[in-house]
Amino acid sequence: MSSTATVLTRNAPHSEGIRSIPIGKIGIWWLLASEIMVFGGLITSYVLLRISHGGWAEQAAHVRWQLGTLNTAVLLTSSLTMALALSASRQDRRRRTATFLLLTVLLGVAFLGIKAFEYTGELREGFTPASGLFWSFYYGMTGLHALHVTAGIVVNLTFFVMAVRGDLWDGKQARLEYAGLYWHFVDVVWIFLFPLLYLS
Amino acid sequence: METTSTAIAGSTHATPGFWRQYVFSTDHKTIAKQYLGISAFMALVGGLLSYLIRSQLAWPEKPVAGWGFVGPDSYNAFVTMHGTIMVFFVAMPLLLGAMGNFLIPLMVGAGDMAFPRLNRLSVWTLFVASLVLLSSFFVSGGASPAGWTGYVPLSDVPKYTGAYWGINLWLIALALEFASFLMGGVNFLTTAINMRAPGMTFWRLPLIIWMQVTASVIFLLSVGPLIGGAIMLFLDRTLHTGFFVPGKGGDPLLWEHLFWFFGHPEVYVVALPGFGAMLEIFSVFSREPIFGYRTIVYSTIAAGVLSFVVWAHHMFVSGMDPRLAAPFSVTTILISVPFAIIVFAMIATLWGGSISFEVPMLFALGGLATFIVGGVTGIFLGSEAADIYFHGTYFVVAHFHYTLFPTVIFGGFAAIYYWYPKMFGRMMNDALGKVHFWLTMIFFNAVFIPLFLLGIGGAPRRVYTFEAYNFLRPLQPLNVIATYAAVALLLAQLPFLVNFVWSLARGKAAGRNPWRANTLEWTTDSPPPHGNFTTQPIVYRDPYEYSVPGETHDWLPQNQAEPPAVAVAAD
Repeated sequence: MSSTATVLTRNAPHSEGIRSIPIGKIGIWWLLASEIMVFGGLITSYVLLRISHGGWAEQAAHVRWQLGTLNTAVLLTSSLTMALALSASRQDRRRRTATFLLLTVLLGVAFLGIKAFEYTGELREGFTPASGLFWSFYYGMTGLHALHVTAGIVVNLTFFVMAVRGDLWDGKQARLEYAGLYWHFVDVVWIFLFPLLYLS
Repeated sequence: METTSTAIAGSTHATPGFWRQYVFSTDHKTIAKQYLGISAFMALVGGLLSYLIRSQLAWPEKPVAGWGFVGPDSYNAFVTMHGTIMVFFVAMPLLLGAMGNFLIPLMVGAGDMAFPRLNRLSVWTLFVASLVLLSSFFVSGGASPAGWTGYVPLSDVPKYTGAYWGINLWLIALALEFASFLMGGVNFLTTAINMRAPGMTFWRLPLIIWMQVTASVIFLLSVGPLIGGAIMLFLDRTLHTGFFVPGKGGDPLLWEHLFWFFGHPEVYVVALPGFGAMLEIFSVFSREPIFGYRTIVYSTIAAGVLSFVVWAHHMFVSGMDPRLAAPFSVTTILISVPFAIIVFAMIATLWGGSISFEVPMLFALGGLATFIVGGVTGIFLGSEAADIYFHGTYFVVAHFHYTLFPTVIFGGFAAIYYWYPKMFGRMMNDALGKVHFWLTMIFFNAVFIPLFLLGIGGAPRRVYTFEAYNFLRPLQPLNVIATYAAVALLLAQLPFLVNFVWSLARGKAAGRNPWRANTLEWTTDSPPPHGNFTTQPIVYRDPYEYSVPGETHDWLPQNQAEPPAVAVAAD
């Protein structure tokens, strides 16, 4: 049947529609566009305030760049495993998909664990969010990012459970790509935060 | 997915229970009505607040009839909550929530929104946001008195206002409201981009859909920095960070930049859908095609782009670098060009048409006439030199009420009177509608013309009483006139409420297409069934083919095939 006869009704609320781009993909891209503006506003504020005020480098010297670097590696690897999960799902290799999804989730948890360890150390040394503007931005931006990581872990865990239980394979594989887009976005945000907070 | 059935979902499903059908529904039409309900209730609250504000200003420190004494702290809280409620909890739920939800699927020929469950989540998030905001009246210290713009450091340091949880709850309510409309905006865009019926090209979309889409894009891309700003303000208040506190290295101007980067585009987020409703109505009730359809679309997009580079005209006297003022003056004057084009296109559409003054048309015309006043006075405030005098006076208050009242209230009422038959299947009473329009029109102007004069006289905004200003004493009668008119304006809404409720039960049955209009929503039942269309609509023509020479009827529905040959059956 021709695609013009496709009916877009409540019958098929997740119907791929008559256009070539799936609705989920359009939805996730608009969500990411608005998220870019959230982090964009924070990062711009950080950069502008840092340029116009002195004394930030002394505060920034106390962050543990080694742990930040390790975390960058962890998060980048999790993006790789996410991409591998997606490519496995497209080849209908179900076990492999589930394995890589689980790895992605575990790497996400590892990222949060390292971040929590960092926070603990910094707070013990007396650097709280109120210790100075650099620390306010540090806790504010990495905290918001950690919330996004947490959300991504929940989403990826859901897909892992779906992959194991089998519901993922009833025509829902395409949605894995949307989760992947979000997860890569979280990774890209970190790519901006890492040099701004740890290396400068 | 190659779904080929022409059957409609709703008709084949068992009737859902009460809760699923009316409360936790995923049907975009029910959700639209829920938004309308939230908006109407919040409008009552916002209206009551304006009565209290105006009474205090006319008769300072006298007990207000039916309420009692309004102290300075309560006055500040009332002004703040009036602004917050009217912009975020009346204008947006009415024009985007209710109208966008109801119209986008029907006008593009879809069965529902792209993400029906996300849609339900967004309306319930807004409901929770409303409860949080209203609850802030009852916490210790009262609701936020820091102004709807929440300027720092007033909103930042709790001891400056005495309101701790009031401002925290205000921030939480705004965050939830933003989340709600972010979900809504994603849904609107996806639906308009991807759920269009066969033949519904972008250039055949009704203009109100273009306006809703542009408004959604503006909202999605402008609110982010303010979400970041709200997080910073919340951290300042709760964890004692110093983002906006000069003593801790922060910068109060940063808040103003973040707020107005969103706050000014927000004006267009609520204004554009109002213009869209007015354009639909002008075309139908003058039986004329829209003059310059594509020009209007391009102007809308141009206004949307420009709206991101005008924000600092709110900050000419804030102490920012004065070299910034000139470029923002230029962009601000520039953005009046696309809006002037839209206004001229509206007038040109009416020109030579066979105009009938039905109630929706009256409200649309009233909106156009009053908006021009708002637009022209905006030029005064956009030029930095004039703004230095007018800034922070009642001139600004009158100006933005002359831009938002025409688009939100006149445009919103025009839309309600126009689409009520489609929403509820019955016509509203014409005589009551006309009474409602004329009283609203007269008393709106009677409230805000005096405020222009007060502003020119130098009356400052955001003061509890003018009694301390000797030079304003001769102008006090203007305050009294504005207050009497405001009370009359509020009472003038009673015919509408009566009409709305009475027509639900007793209104004349509407039929499918009472206004003889072209767009797709009029080709289905009133109210439309679950799933909207019994057969997939296919679009063959532009939305505004009225009075086409040589046709038997003066309207050609979008789904009428070419060549027409047969007469249009309009039941």
